[in-house]
This record gives sequence, structure tokens and C-alpha cells, in this order.
Amino acid sequence: MENPETGQETETFWIEEAMYKILEKTDYSDDVYMQVIEAPQVAATAQAGQFVILRIHEEGERIPLTIADFDREKGTITIVVQAVGKSTRHLQTLGKGDSLANFIGPLGLPSEVEKVGTVVCAGGGVGVAPVYPIARELKKAGNKVIGIVAARTKNLLLWEDKMSELCDELIVTTDDGSHGRKALVTEPLKELCQDGSVNLVYAIGPAIMMKFCCKTTEEFGVRTIVSLNSIMIDGTGMCGACRVDVGGETKFVCVDGPEFDGHQVDFDLLMSRQRQYLEQEKISNDLFLECRGDKKCLT
Amino acid sequence: MSDVEKNEGEKKKARPKKTSIPRTPIPEQDARERARNFEEVALGYERDHALIEASRCLMCKKPKCVAGCPVGIDIPAFIQALVDDDPAAAISILKEKTSFPAVCGRVCPQEEQCEKVCILGKKHEPVAIGRLERYAADWEAGQGEVTMPEIAEKKGKKVGVVGSGPAGLTCAGELAKMGYDVVIYEALHKPGGVLVYGIPEFRLPKSIVQRECEYVESLGVEIKLDYVIGRTMTVDDMLENGHLAVFIANGAGLPAFMNIPGENLNGVYSANEFLTRANLMKAYRFPEYDTPIKTGRNVAVIGGGNVAMDAARTALRMGANVHLVYRRSMDELPARREEVHHAEEEGIDFHLLTNPTQILGDDEGWVRELEIIHMELGEPDESGRRRPVPIEGSESRIPVDAVIMAIGTKANPLLTKSTKGLELNKWGLIVADENTLATSKKGVFAGGDIVTGAATVILAMGAGKIAARSIDRYIQGQPLLTPEEEEEIRAEAEKLREKAAAK
Ligand SMILES: Cc1cc2nc3c(=O)[nH]c(=O)nc-3n(C[C@H](O)[C@H](O)[C@H](O)COP(=O)(O)OP(=O)(O)OC[C@H]3O[C@@H](n4cnc5c(N)ncnc54)[C@H](O)[C@@H]3O)c2cc1C
Ligand code: SF4
Ligand code: FES
Repeated sequence: MENPETGQETETFWIEEAMYKILEKTDYSDDVYMQVIEAPQVAATAQAGQFVILRIHEEGERIPLTIADFDREKGTITIVVQAVGKSTRHLQTLGKGDSLANFIGPLGLPSEVEKVGTVVCAGGGVGVAPVYPIARELKKAGNKVIGIVAARTKNLLLWEDKMSELCDELIVTTDDGSHGRKALVTEPLKELCQDGSVNLVYAIGPAIMMKFCCKTTEEFGVRTIVSLNSIMIDGTGMCGACRVDVGGETKFVCVDGPEFDGHQVDFDLLMSRQRQYLEQEKISNDLFLECRGDKKCLT
Repeated sequence: MSDVEKNEGEKKKARPKKTSIPRTPIPEQDARERARNFEEVALGYERDHALIEASRCLMCKKPKCVAGCPVGIDIPAFIQALVDDDPAAAISILKEKTSFPAVCGRVCPQEEQCEKVCILGKKHEPVAIGRLERYAADWEAGQGEVTMPEIAEKKGKKVGVVGSGPAGLTCAGELAKMGYDVVIYEALHKPGGVLVYGIPEFRLPKSIVQRECEYVESLGVEIKLDYVIGRTMTVDDMLENGHLAVFIANGAGLPAFMNIPGENLNGVYSANEFLTRANLMKAYRFPEYDTPIKTGRNVAVIGGGNVAMDAARTALRMGANVHLVYRRSMDELPARREEVHHAEEEGIDFHLLTNPTQILGDDEGWVRELEIIHMELGEPDESGRRRPVPIEGSESRIPVDAVIMAIGTKANPLLTKSTKGLELNKWGLIVADENTLATSKKGVFAGGDIVTGAATVILAMGAGKIAARSIDRYIQGQPLLTPEEEEEIRAEAEKLREKAAAK
């Protein structure tokens, strides 16, 4: 079938109605937002540490997002997203009443939560969202949980209230000092490690933040778990797009992770692989900003 | 007197000498043109071609072709129907054994199966059985209405199928015809398995896969997409939640890498990733479609199977110069002959008897060169093929912007790990009884690539059929094999033993 607007053949293979309703949406800042999505089969088995893959529409790409929260009874999954490229920007324009074409999960292995003593849960930027359900489980398991909520600047800080409710102690930092302590996330982390009472660290956020958290804790030999956000397609181990190097071995983030022992992860490789499509991402993003979804404009 | 002569003798008076008619070529898109588009390469027989080609068949009394067909299609019978210009009859004969003749006619390795043993092929070229099969199937699609098979009364009994590849679709269709409520659970967002994410449009148009999936749905099967069994739900959950039996047909989707230096550089793809981006996600139409793909100017594809050919020809169509690196010689190349021939015509550069040793990158982590070493063929290995051995000091380098690893797939452990009591072999494939496809777990059957390892579409379909039969019997509380079938299997095994002993 030819699309009269673009003159291109349109894909007609198995197009299903968009089924996954967005029930709620909140903007946290210009770029960061939260959505609650109705996906009962995902919520039924979702656990802390797992992720989902979604596709907005027929021409869309499959994007992985960590589960920030879930409600089994209501059958919903909460995601917190930072708009960085075309798809996440497009997703941001959708709100209550809109639907997504596909929503697949829960994927990846759940966090292995045990009682170990004192655990630091550090979230950088939107990384706070996925740290939250893990912190909740750690607390339930009887651990003392110290939270660190970090961001570049005040309006990028996330879920300070939710975390402070949950944690035994909460440290807030911003790079520019606009809220909380003016520091990088690694500074309070280092102090806590120096105290010698920390048994385990969870660090989730941008790759660079996780890398430096791991550098910091390594010195003190404190086990540190990170959640990697590599490029993915299927999320089931079929393609290998998500491969990373952990302890000299190639691992697939989508099935072997997403959580790994941070001291074993080759972060430079991860970051290099994350940049693979920067050029195309820019083309897509520019087109999107220009066209706002008007298809005629795309050819 | 040989079979050929005998058959000729019988028919001599009736028709012109069959062996004097050459095998009818199939019309194709011009190689230069098609190297730049994704439309189907082979255009298919017209009625005239089909009539001539069908008339070549010797209608052997003891047709070798039927034995060569993995599902035992009555080949001379369907060809006779075409001789009679009755494609409707041909299609119903085909459908007795294969659910999707339009797919099989296009992708089956006929030269290794029916056409390999065709009696006419002993002295002349074999009958083009695959092309005739495709002709009959396309005829059916072209005339609109598909004749619906009889569907038994609903039993109100539910069966779950994992995966919507050829094995899953076939099994689901068969069970639906018997009156079962069948639900297929598929991890991806489109049904079809390898037919949709792996095999490219120019070899198998997705409109055909669509038609086959719609047909299965029209039989009453429900296809649930976005369901990852082992994550969204487990096989045990399925059995606990009303599914009386489960058929596992999740394919063998786990890409193999070579474990050579540089494999994690940017620009190194598994064939699965490359083909999924291109076929399933339509990345070759970026930015209209959101998923990106990068080939650059020079691409190396490692491997010599169908997957390697598909990846190479896809990269070519995206504008790249493609080098195919294969460690044995042309004779051992496992891909379908037709695809190899097409690839050569389209301008793929074959580097035979070469093997990659390392991939070299730049400071930014991007692929720049592929180092290969030349090989020579030594003694035959277990597979009977001569083993390639590297020639010391013969390394050379090819400048490349992307490398695609098409060296095979392994069993994906995602589902099997999450299923209690499922016996696996040392490669992680599910152990299933050859004749019933029953696994070590009660009520669970398995077939297709997850049992055989990467194989063929037709074998997967055949497995789907056997599984449907077994599941029906299992649910009815009958033995999985009838005494006659048991006897047949015993006799078959006996024959094999005798043959082996004679050797
Ligand atoms: C590129 C390529 C080219 C090929 N060319 C040919 C050819 O020309 N001729 C030929 O005969 N054969 C060819 N083959 C091989 C053939 O496609 C396979 O043997 C056949 O498709 C196997 O069928 P299957 O049903 O077992 O599995 P698949 O077709 O692999 O289907 C399995 C399905 O299960 C789904 N799945 C996997 N895990 C899960 C899970 N946990 N939960 C739910 N769903 C799941 C997958 O997404 C997939 O859709 C080719 C293969 C490839 C990759
Ligand atoms: S296809 Fe070949 S083997 Fe089969 S009946 Fe015809 S001539 Fe004989
Ligand atoms: S995303 Fe494809 S293997 Fe991980």
C-alpha cells in the first residue's frame, strides 16, 4: 500500500491497535516526566530492578526503560523518563488517554535483595526512580537504607520526598548547590564508605555517574551494584545489541542483567557503545522538533 | 534399465520427450536494479511457465522426490494437478502436508531435499519443484478467497503455544482445526518468528507472512504479542492457569560470536541484530522509521549460511560494498544455491577460504579493519567436510565500517531456565522425543529450532504438525503413538541398523 502523503510504501504488516493506555502523566521539569501505564500482565510479575521495552507507534523504535514502580492490583507500571532523543521527546507529548503500541516486560533479572546490614542507594538524575523500588525491597528485607539523591541542579532532582519517607537517612546533592549539599554524588558516598559501616552500594544513573561511584567504592572494597542502560532491541537475548564487558566476559544486559557488579564493568566500552547512533539520533530529533509528527515532512 | 529410462518408456508415445525440455527459468528482477531495492528478487512463474515445467515431471511410480521432502508432500500428484491446469487441486494436495506452501516454495532448500533426489535430475536438470509449489500458492493468493478447512466443534479446552515462528503457527493451526482454543504467546511485537525478523523482504515478502498469520487467526487461534514466556509469564504459570498443554517453539535465538579481539567495537553486529533492525524495525527506511542502522561504505559479513547471505544482500541494498568472509570453499557453502547465485550476481565479493582473526578499531571505538587469515582444506572432519586449516603468515586486512557476524545461533536460555523439570542437552536445546515431541515435563511439548538447533522452515512446520497430534492425544488421555506407528518406527529403526551393519 502506498502512503499518499509520502509516496512511500507504508508498512502494513500486522498493525495492531495501540493497547497500552497512559493513565497518568506528571512533568517533573522541562525534560523529565513520569507516566503510569496500564499493562496488567507486566505488573503481575514485575519486580524491583527489572525493565520494560516500549514502542510508541508503528514506525517507532523499541526503547528500554527501568521500572520505577508497579502496582499489581491496579495493573500499572510507572516509568520516569528523561527526554533526550526523538522517542523520549515524543513520549513526553503523550498524556492521559493516549496509548502506546507496545509495552513488553518485565525484562531482565530482578534485584537480589538480602539482609546485609547497611546499604547506600544512590540515584543520579532519573536514576533515582529505578533505585526507589530497590530501596523499598532492601528496607523490607531489614536493611538500614541510606539514600543519596543527586542531580546537576535543583529542578532535576527527583523523588526526594518519596525517598526520604523510605530511607533511614537521606542525603541530597546538586552539582551547583541549588538544593541540598553542593557536591558530586561521590563525595557523600566516599564519606559513608570511610565510616566503614557500609556493606553494599546500589548506584543507578548515567554511565559516567556509575563509573565514578564504582571508582570511589572500589578503594574501600565495598560491593557496588549498578544497573546498566545499554542500547537494546528485543530485550530477550536474541540480538546482542546490549552486550557489555563484565570482568573480561561479554554479557547481554537484557538477560544477564541489567544489574552487575560495578567493579567488573567496563564503563568506557558501555559509554562508547551508547554513543553508536548519536548522529542518527540527532537527525531523528531535529526532524521531530521540526515536524512534530507530521509525516509529510519526513521525506 | 534405469528408472529414468523406464519412466520415459511408459510415456514416450503420449508426449514429446520430457528430457529434451530444459528446466524452466524463473523470471527475476535484473541484478543491477534489484541490488538497490528491497522488492522480491524472483518474480514467480506465469501459467505458461508452470505448464511447461510441470510437464517435465516423469510422474515416477517410485518417486524419490517424496522421500526427499521432509514432510513427504505427494509431489507427483500436485505436479499432475498443475499439468491438468488445476492449481486449486494442487494447492489442496500441498496443504495436506505443509501449512504454508507460499513460504516453503520460496525458502526451502529444495536442492538439498526433493530436487536433489529427483529422478530426472540424475541425467538432466531436476524438476523445479519449489517454483511449482510457489506457483500454486501464489495462484491461490491471487484469486482471493482461501478455501477454509473444516474446523471441528469447539472442545472448550485450552492449549498454549510459545512462539509464532513456523513451528508455533503450524501447531496452533492444526490444534485449532481439531477444535482446541489455542493461544500463541509471542515475545516480539509482530508474529512470524524468523520469517518476519530474519528473512528479508526481497526473499520472502512480509505480505505473505501476514497472509499466513491471518489464516492461522481465521482458524480461531489467538495471537498474543508482547508476551515473553519466562518473564511476563512462565510455562508453569501457563499450566497452572488453564492451559492443558504447552508447545514450546521459541526458536534458537541467541547469537554466537567468535570471541576474537574487537568484537564489541561499534559497528560490529550479530546477524540477528542487523537483520532485526532492517526487517522487523525497517531501519533501512530511517528516518521515516525511528530505528537506526549503520553500514557505512564497506561491510564484512562472516559466515556462509542463509543468514550470512541475507545479511550481505541486505547491507548491499543499503548501499554498501559487501565482503563475504567464509572459511571453507564454495562447495561447502551451506546457503541455498539460489541465494549464493543471486548474491554473486548482485556483486557480493566472496572471500572464500578465509577466516577472521581480529577486528581493529579507531580511538573512538569504531570498527576500521578486519584482519583475515587464508585457509586451506585439510582432512575431512566429523561432518565429512574437509577441515579448513589456517596458512601461517597469510594474514591480510580489509578496510571495513561494519562487521556482521553470521556464524550461527545457540539456544536462548531465557525460557528454559525459568521452566522447572525441563531436560536440556549439552547445547541447551530442549530434549524431546523424536516421534512425539514430548519433553521431560508433563504436558509440555517442544519442536522447531529449540529442539533441533538452527534448521529449516519446513522441519519446524513438520514439528508443529507432530506436536499438534501428540497434544491432542495427550489431552484425550490416549497413548502418544498408535501401535501401528510404534511398529513403523521399529521397522524404520531396524532398516537403519541393517544399513549401518552392511556398511
Ligand atoms: C536470516 C535467516 C534466514 C533463514 N533462511 C532460511 C531459508 O532460506 N530456508 C529455510 O528453510 N530456513 C531458513 N532459516 C531457518 C528457519 O528460519 C528456522 O529454522 C525456522 O524459522 C525455525 O522455526 P521455529 O518456529 O522453530 O522458530 P522461529 O522462527 O525462530 O520462531 C520462534 C519465535 O518464538 C519467539 N520467542 C522466542 N522466545 C520467546 C519467549 N520466551 N516467549 C515468547 N516467544 C518467544 C520468537 O520471537 C520467534 O518469533 C533462516 C533463518 C534465519 C535466521
Ligand atoms: S519430481 Fe522428479 S522424482 Fe518426483 S516424480 Fe517428478 S521426475 Fe520423479
Ligand atoms: S537487547 Fe537484544 S540481546 Fe539484549
